[in-house]
Order: sequence, then structure tokens, then C-alpha cells
Amino acid sequence: MAMAGEKGRGRLLVIAVPYLWLLALFLVPFLIVLKISLSQDVIAQPPYSPVFDIAGGWAGFRDFLSQLSLANYGYVLSWDNEFIAAYGSSLVIAGVSTALLLLIGYPIAYAMARAPKGLQPMLLMLVILPFWTSFLIRVYAWIGILSPEGFLNQGLAALGLIDQPLEILNTDLAVYIGIVYSYLPFMVLPLYSALEKLDGTLLEAAEDLGCTPFKAFWTVTFPLSLPGVAAGALLCFIPAVGEFVIPDLLGGSDTLMIGKSLWTEFTVNRSWTASSAVAVLLLVLLVVPIVIYQNIQARQLEAGR
Amino acid sequence: MNRSLSWFNVTSLVLGFAFLYIPILLLVLYSFNASRLVTVWAGFSTQWYAALLENDQLLDALWVTLRVAFLSSLAATVLGTLAAIALTRYGRFFGRTMFSGMTYAPLVMPEVITGLSLLLLFVAVGMERGFWTITLAHITFTMCFVAVVVQSRLITFDRTLEEAALDLGCTPLKTFFVITLPLILPAVLSGFMLAFTLSMDDLVIASFTTGPGATTLPMRIYSQVRLGVTPEINAICTILIGIVAVVVLLASVLAKRQEKMRRRAEQIAARG
Repeated sequence: MAMAGEKGRGRLLVIAVPYLWLLALFLVPFLIVLKISLSQDVIAQPPYSPVFDIAGGWAGFRDFLSQLSLANYGYVLSWDNEFIAAYGSSLVIAGVSTALLLLIGYPIAYAMARAPKGLQPMLLMLVILPFWTSFLIRVYAWIGILSPEGFLNQGLAALGLIDQPLEILNTDLAVYIGIVYSYLPFMVLPLYSALEKLDGTLLEAAEDLGCTPFKAFWTVTFPLSLPGVAAGALLCFIPAVGEFVIPDLLGGSDTLMIGKSLWTEFTVNRSWTASSAVAVLLLVLLVVPIVIYQNIQARQLEAGR
Repeated sequence: MNRSLSWFNVTSLVLGFAFLYIPILLLVLYSFNASRLVTVWAGFSTQWYAALLENDQLLDALWVTLRVAFLSSLAATVLGTLAAIALTRYGRFFGRTMFSGMTYAPLVMPEVITGLSLLLLFVAVGMERGFWTITLAHITFTMCFVAVVVQSRLITFDRTLEEAALDLGCTPLKTFFVITLPLILPAVLSGFMLAFTLSMDDLVIASFTTGPGATTLPMRIYSQVRLGVTPEINAICTILIGIVAVVVLLASVLAKRQEKMRRRAEQIAARG
């Protein structure tokens, strides 16, 4: 009996500690963002109103509710401000980048999965290693490559291919390059783990039955790798929509991305309430892909049980 | 799947790795450039590394970053491992769906949202912003990465060993420390390393949650990059890359040796 009690207490502790931590520092902050997005900016500390005071009781709570308004959403969703355009262009940039990542990442993951078994750990390591080096450093490296006097323009000029430097840095093209470069390991790894598990005898069977290698790929390999494709695509798409560092350092002043708009609203316009509304709407846009991603993740992790 | 590599496979590997590594190699190479220009080679020099040692702001930022990374990844490893155990070992419990949702969501959550929401929390509870708020923020987002890494190890784990220990009268706590932890240790360590590098790397969440007192290295690098590209940044980047490369290589060598020892022990056990 004492044993069972101890076990129950241990179990409760193991669940409760991380659970409460995530409730307090992940879920509650979102509720606060939601609440502040319905508040107004004031010059005070904290710089928004109303402030919920539990001592006010029921009347205080009703008073608090009556002061909330949708004014910030009106501001964010007005066509005069560029937020709607920024949401749209973030989705486009993230979507196109994800497609490019699939096109580039799939052949790499495929080749890794087909490589001799002894070579695979080293190839895996080579994909993971850049991921361990700082994200900021990897984005910074591209400034030196893409700038008008950078390596790419020097190289192309030396080959006689161009006589005027190409304008790549501070354009949307540079943002695409930056996203594809930074997120490539995130795409290759789930694809590789899906492809690596694939049963080679299936392909042999297909070929024995007269399939061309090309057709065998599209009818056997690709459909079986779809969970990896979905995981990789979501793992890249969702964070890319809210990306800040890449559009800020590589993009131009006319590159619109919502992560940058939120940052500007927060640091330059100093409107906490409007940036909260931007964040809430971004989350609304991303909630469906995030839930799909969670389901894939949970299914993959629990498949082995 | 394990077949011979075609010409196409080899090309994709070579091009893929060239794409991944050439930017980093150029960055490292030009940190040894004598010229102030980052893209014109003017001879070998280590002057930018010397300049780095005199840059107190940068060194202060490095110190803050290392302390935040160490404390936060330590706490994140404990919390993340607990979360992984809760999700793999305890079957169904009240609020499990929400718990697993909260564990996976931060992996893909845009940093601007996480940063803003944590800042607003710290303001709402009146916490002074600085070193500790960055640390708390980093614990929260990195523990989820630890949880996923540890969870994938726990799933492939032979549970009969744990059951045997329990049957032989071990308390659950002792079973965890004697059986479970040693077996999942490589995953726990790589979770720790992942949390450490993610924390060292973070710009956005730290920028939101910091106060006047604490500036991290990525924040310092970012503000310098905005002012213009200098070889000094290349030098600090090279040092960081060097540290990471050494640690990762060391860890993989150690892991390989441990694996070898485990295999030998298993063989001996099978023979005995």
C-alpha cells in the first residue's frame, strides 16, 4: 500500500512539474497577449489599460470587461496599414520557400538514405553540424556573399557573365535564399528518417514486376515518404511565416513579412496592444498547421510503442 | 533502403553539402583577412582576433550568454526529461492532450510570438527584466526540444528491464536512477547540448524579454551587423563555430566509444 502511494506521488510530481511550468510560461502568456490585444495603449506603467485587478470583485471584473475593445484589430486589419499585405506576403514567401526546400532537400535525403550504411552516420552528422552553428551567423554569412561587392558578384564578374553587379542583397530573392539555407537541415532530417525506414524489397519487387526506376519512385518510394514530407514541410513553413531575422538582415525595406512588422510595431511604434493583436492574428493563421504538425509529431513518437 | 548510389544521388549530395558549407567556410576564411573589407582578400592576419580581446562589450555579452545558456539548458534538461517520461510512461491522464500540445507547439512557434507573450507575462507579474527573465524564457522554449529528443529514445527502450528492477523490489525512484537514466543518458545529453546551443543562438526571444542590464551575444552581434559588416564579427563567429565543432565532435566520439563498450558488454553477457 505504501508502495502504491509513493508511486502515485512520484507519478503526480513527474507530470505536474513540467505541466505547471508550461501552463504558467506558455499558455498563460498567450491569454495575456489576447487580453492586451483588447486593451488600449496608455502612457503609464504598464503601458496599457485596463489593468485587471482581482480585488475589484465581480463589479470590477464587469467594469474591466466593458473597457475591452476591438480597436486594435480594426487598426491591424485596416487596408491603410500594411499588416494584411504583410500576412499575405509572409504566407507566400514561406510557402514558396517550403516548396523550394522540398525540391532541394528531397534529393539530398534520398541520396543519404541510399548511401552505404557505414557512410550514413557521417552524412547525417554533416547535415546536423551547420544546425549547431548559430542561426544569426549563417544568415550573416550570406550578406558577404550576396552584397554588390560580394563573392557571388565577384565570381560572376570574373567569369565574364555580368558587367554590372547583380542586386540580390536587400531583395526578396535574398530572403528566399536565406530561408532555404537556414531551414535545409529541418527539411532533410525528417525526410531522411522517413526514407531510411523504407523497405528496399518493395522497390525490388516493383522493378521485378517491370516498373521503371522512375515509376517505382513515384508509385512506391514517394507515397511512403509522405509523412516525412509533411513533417519537414510544416517544420519549415510554420516558423518561416513568422521569421524576423532573415527578412530584417537580407531583405529590403520593401520586403513585407509579418514577423518584421510585429517587431517594428513593438520597438519603433512602441504599441504593445497593437503588436499583441498582430500576434493573435498570426497565431489564428497558423493554428491549423500547428495542430496538424502536433498530430504528426505525436503519432510518429507514439508509433513505436 | 540501401542500394548503390546513382550519378544523380552523388551530385545531389555534393551540391547539397557545398551549399551548406561554402558560406560558413568563406566566413571563417575572411576572419583572417588583413583588410577591413570583408570581401577583398589582402593577406593573412589575426588582428581581428586581437581586437576582439579588447572589445569589453562583446566579452561581457559572451559571459552573459554563456551563463544564461548553462543555467537554462540545465533546467530545461530536467523539465524536458520529466515531460518526456510523463508523455511516454504514464498513458492517459487528465489534460494529456493539452500537455502534449504545449510540448510540441513551441518547436514551431514563431519566435516573435513566444518573445512577446513572455515579455507581457513578466510585465504583468511585475518581474524585473534582465538576466533572469531571459533565462526563464529560454528554459521554456528549449525544454520542449529536450522533451522530443528524450521521448524518441524512451519509446525504443526495452521496458522489461525496468519491470524486472521493480519486481526485484527496487523503488520507482531507484529504478529510474539505476536503470532508466543510464540507458537514456545519451539522449538526455544531446538534449542538453541542443538546449545549450539554442539558448546561445537566440536573438528574438532574448531581445523581447531582456531589460536594460543584460545584453546577450546574439543581440550584440545583431546590432553590430546592422551598423555594417566587419571582420571582427567574422572572427567572433569563427570562434563560436570552432567551439561548437569541437564539442560536437567530442560528443560523437564519446558516444561511439560508449556504444562499443555496450556492445562488448552485451556480447559477454550473451556468452556467459
